[in-house]
Amino acid sequence: MLLVVRDLTVALPIGGRLVPIVESVSFTLGAREILGIVGESGSGKSVTSLAIMGLIDVPGARVSGSVRFRGRELVGLAPRAYRALRGREIAMIFQDPMTAFTPVYTVGRQIDEQIRVHQKISRADARSRTVRLLGDMGVPDPERVAGRYPHQLSGGLRQRAMIAMALSCNPALLIADEPTTALDVTVQAQILDLLRGLRREYGSSVLLITHDMGVVAETCDRTLVLYSGLVAERGPTGALFAQPGHPYTAALLDSIPPLHGPRPARLPSIPGSPPAPAERPAGCPFAPRCAYAHEACAVRPALVASGVQDVACVLPAEGRPLPPRFVAEMSA
Amino acid sequence: MVMAVLRRLGQTLFVLVGISVLVFLVFFATPGADPTARIAGRNASPETMARVRVEYGFDRPLPVQYARMMEKLFVTRDLTSYVNRGQKVVPEILEAAPVTVSLVSGAAVIWVVLSVVMGVIAAALRGSWVDRGLMMLGLVGISIPVFWLGQVVNLVTQSRYHESWLFSWVPGLGYVPLTEDPLGWFRALALPWLTLAVLFVGIYSRVLRADLVAVQSEDFMRTARAKGLSPARVLLVHGLRTSMITFVSLFGLDFAQLVGGGALLTEVVFGLQGVGRLTYQALSNLDLPLIMATVMYSAVFVVIANAVVDMLYLLLDPRVRDGR
Repeated sequence: MLLVVRDLTVALPIGGRLVPIVESVSFTLGAREILGIVGESGSGKSVTSLAIMGLIDVPGARVSGSVRFRGRELVGLAPRAYRALRGREIAMIFQDPMTAFTPVYTVGRQIDEQIRVHQKISRADARSRTVRLLGDMGVPDPERVAGRYPHQLSGGLRQRAMIAMALSCNPALLIADEPTTALDVTVQAQILDLLRGLRREYGSSVLLITHDMGVVAETCDRTLVLYSGLVAERGPTGALFAQPGHPYTAALLDSIPPLHGPRPARLPSIPGSPPAPAERPAGCPFAPRCAYAHEACAVRPALVASGVQDVACVLPAEGRPLPPRFVAEMSA
Repeated sequence: MVMAVLRRLGQTLFVLVGISVLVFLVFFATPGADPTARIAGRNASPETMARVRVEYGFDRPLPVQYARMMEKLFVTRDLTSYVNRGQKVVPEILEAAPVTVSLVSGAAVIWVVLSVVMGVIAAALRGSWVDRGLMMLGLVGISIPVFWLGQVVNLVTQSRYHESWLFSWVPGLGYVPLTEDPLGWFRALALPWLTLAVLFVGIYSRVLRADLVAVQSEDFMRTARAKGLSPARVLLVHGLRTSMITFVSLFGLDFAQLVGGGALLTEVVFGLQGVGRLTYQALSNLDLPLIMATVMYSAVFVVIANAVVDMLYLLLDPRVRDGR
């Protein structure tokens, strides 16, 4: 396993006390695998990824649990050792390519910088690698693009440059935090194609963070559903889409417009909003919004195996799992 | 890029003409006040009045008067003071300008270097006692009136402790031209430089720290850290470079304002015959031609400095280059 996360808990100081934003999140990621982390805003997706990168720098924040990357423990790793890892073995691309590049330097210079920080090579060699990478990412006329400033490029080109920068040192793990959210739909599809191709051409594993179930279905081998900082469900994407074990997963899937059958007048949505981390109920955090909530939900459910998935819900154990869904488009 | 520079130069010229018209109108076309009497001086004979009126064209329409005045300022340069009769105003300013430029440039070097160092250290150690101490120091610097500080410096270095080893190098008050004696120039100006710089070190270090702290939460700073760069590199190469944009615009305005005569208090306290001191004298004597000339001089500097800052913007911020 490339990455083994066990009981990762990230607590941030809010209003004078430590509030766990992410609680006991566990998952694994194999080589050349794409794992999707899904959830609403505030579910802790980004915090999880930043914790893996060691980029949580809020004063007083506490990260506990274990993150093992290639057998090496990352929680509590010395800053210098972490720095050598960041950008070289674990790279990250961010949601908004508009603001993720420093505005005053050319794109090429920023990619060169990352290469030269991690490897002792000449400026010219770094630049030729930059140009090759940009070309690989489908950037037309990469030489010229490398000499341009971020604001002179379109969103799609910028995200391609961002991915080129992330891949510049051949990282084993790429964390993509909502890489397509800020892009046009057509460009989205191209970027997702690019991400899928990475494992073939670069042998990279990808941790794809998104709130878009459609993106997950298209891209990810396995899926982790987060709700209010807790794992709701995890398992192979196909199985999870075919028979969701957690009512939250089912509700998320219901909110995708169906491709077949009659068009619904209004898409079903989940009533209410997720609890703030400080006001998370003692029992199942989803219970207040759940149609299946009953007295057993007052105790926080443990993650239990249900079919090929792991589900944090009492329904499968009570012998009344959710019904399978009709997912014709998944077989394609 | 070339177009942007040319456009900016054109604007600068336009603004300068506008200012000269405005200044001219304020001093020479104020209704109810006869500029002839003021230029000719108190108790002037009717012949003198008549001569002045013809010389300045006060018997002709306003545009002619304006053209005359500009001619006297920039072409023939024979605008004369009426308090010190026969004293030509323009050469007087040209003589005072190097003093002011020396004073302000030296102080600027000190305040830029010190404030960048202080601001960066404070931002890097945000929240620590070093940060708090430096910012407190900055506040003290801002609060000290420059004339008081200058007087205290003089008191200490010129009289009481002048004979001690520490201050025996300090020459008497006054200016030594750089071309005559570089070392003397430096010694004469070292203390005025420091005195003038104190206020600006305070302001600039605080502004820079605030900018650096604000830039920390930008996405690109997170990207820079995700690239595996060292904290120093992230702060200096990505943070400081971006924060310099505000810093430079502030600097342009302050520098121009000081060169244009704003260092008046420092000049007076240290006995430097600069433009500020000249303005001060002109105002206390109501020397109209001299006031007119110093105001024009100062306006020219502020406008030119603004243009220079805008050009620097083009270098600092590629987004401005493309007109975005």
